[in-house]
Amino acid sequence: MKLAYYPGCSLDSSGVEYGLSTKRTAAILGIELEEIEDWNCCGATSGHNTNKLLSLALPARNLAIAEKTGLDVLAPCAACYNRFRSTEHAVRHDNELRQKIEEVIEMEYSASHDTLSIPDLLANKVGIGSIKSKVVRPLKGMKAACYYGCLLVRPTEHTGWDDAEDPQSMDIVVQALGAKTVEWPFKTECCGAALATSRPDVGTKMIYDVLRNAKEAGAECIVTACPLCMMNLDMRQKGTEKKFNEKFNIPIYYITELLAIACGDSPKTVGTDRHFVEAVKYIENLKADPEPEMTTSSSADEAPSQAAAGGQEDDVVKKKVDAMITAFTKNPGKMVLKLIEDPERAGVLAEVITGDEKKIAKLAELLVTDKDKAAKAAEAFVTGELKKREKQ
Amino acid sequence: MGNAVKLSPSSDSQKALISRLEKEAGTNINLCYQCGKCTAGCPAAFAMDYPPRQVIRLLQLGLVDEALSTESVWICASCETCSSRCPRGVDIASLMDAVRREALRQNKVTDKKVAAFNKAFLNGVKMFGRTYEAGLLVQYNTATGQFLKDAELGLPMFLRGKVGILPEKIKGRDAIKKIFEKAQEKGVE
Repeated sequence: MKLAYYPGCSLDSSGVEYGLSTKRTAAILGIELEEIEDWNCCGATSGHNTNKLLSLALPARNLAIAEKTGLDVLAPCAACYNRFRSTEHAVRHDNELRQKIEEVIEMEYSASHDTLSIPDLLANKVGIGSIKSKVVRPLKGMKAACYYGCLLVRPTEHTGWDDAEDPQSMDIVVQALGAKTVEWPFKTECCGAALATSRPDVGTKMIYDVLRNAKEAGAECIVTACPLCMMNLDMRQKGTEKKFNEKFNIPIYYITELLAIACGDSPKTVGTDRHFVEAVKYIENLKADPEPEMTTSSSADEAPSQAAAGGQEDDVVKKKVDAMITAFTKNPGKMVLKLIEDPERAGVLAEVITGDEKKIAKLAELLVTDKDKAAKAAEAFVTGELKKREKQ
Repeated sequence: MGNAVKLSPSSDSQKALISRLEKEAGTNINLCYQCGKCTAGCPAAFAMDYPPRQVIRLLQLGLVDEALSTESVWICASCETCSSRCPRGVDIASLMDAVRREALRQNKVTDKKVAAFNKAFLNGVKMFGRTYEAGLLVQYNTATGQFLKDAELGLPMFLRGKVGILPEKIKGRDAIKKIFEKAQEKGVE
């Protein structure tokens, strides 16, 4: 995969870890990034607060340059990403506006390509399977609150790759790295963005609410894909603690830092030692939960190559399915009654599945994962068989 | 009818301004039935003088000057929660944006700090093509008279390699200047 890369202003400065870890993530996953030539600032919130045309033209210049390369664009910063998606949307849906934008930037631009965010890229384009296969140091024992913030998932007409209220993309990626993610109500709440600078009386309260909710939900760290969220939750955490007289001491990570580290990078390589809230020790001292078997921290280190994100749960399901298959094979007459009440139809099912390993495996799997679906599949087998018999 | 207030009908110019704001925002304020879902979900409503629902109500009643002078439009963080939850499909965030820009045009800015931040931010972009974070903070602090604001963060940021002393400049600075000028010119749709 090859993508045009738009680092944006933060990834070279306040969000330097995001820049480093995005490049490492791309290298690990075999994605080639080609930086957009002579890119400019997207204008961010200040742009659309001030002049609508300017707020579309600044992103459009970058997108028009990228369009010539024929590549989709990767914009890791959530704010840049949001501005790019808004511009693509405007150009695609408003011809008059498109002409104005083209006149202002003095370039042609037809929004023929898409801008991707990091969570969208990881969860939907690269895929969980590929990520799992690269994990060499699963983050077992990590309890993370995945924080999407506002700009990645809203408005859905512009973004559209995840739910605006309860998104899952970051959660499944972080789970694939071996960590546990918590359910929490502040996933897509706003961190206050630039209000922390311009109106700290308002912004600090918004930061406080996010930190407190993550902690209450049992999270020991927060994962983000936005440099502004990072700045507010990390750099301003101490000040927020002071103002509200409450200790959090909760490390914040970019999702790309976690990916690189779980795939073998040292935290230092991706800049995790540059955070304001100490974030290296938590990762180094992770201990897997002692369930279902007692594992010492050393035994977890001894088997680092087992890419076992969510592996324990998978194992449990597999064991249950195997047990069901055995039961169906040994005693079909009894097992079918779990699926069909009518004894006559149940009898037909028993005849149909006896000796048919495929059908038994399917019913066994469904019975473990979704009982209703298993019952429906069983009924379908019987109906099909009865129709076949009628024809004969 | 005991408590009813008789409002004077809005003038033609007020009506025209409101429809222009609606057009710019790409939304229709008359769809709003004042359920308050936007306000219930707004993470900044606690600090607003008029929460989002009331800003729309002001516009529905033709009280456009009042809407332009609310502090709320400057406290709104553009998080889009309101727009994504509105059961009537009103794009409240976009409307807030349009009202904010109009307040700027009419020089009716209630919250000078947010406007000063935006100005400092865009000045940097216009000059260098990219954000110049160090310069932004200095300019913002000077403009608002808060000389030591966030000063305690400056050195730690520098030591972590998170802030450059010199701005990053792009080659196409002339193109950027032109974009600013042309956008200003064509400004209002």
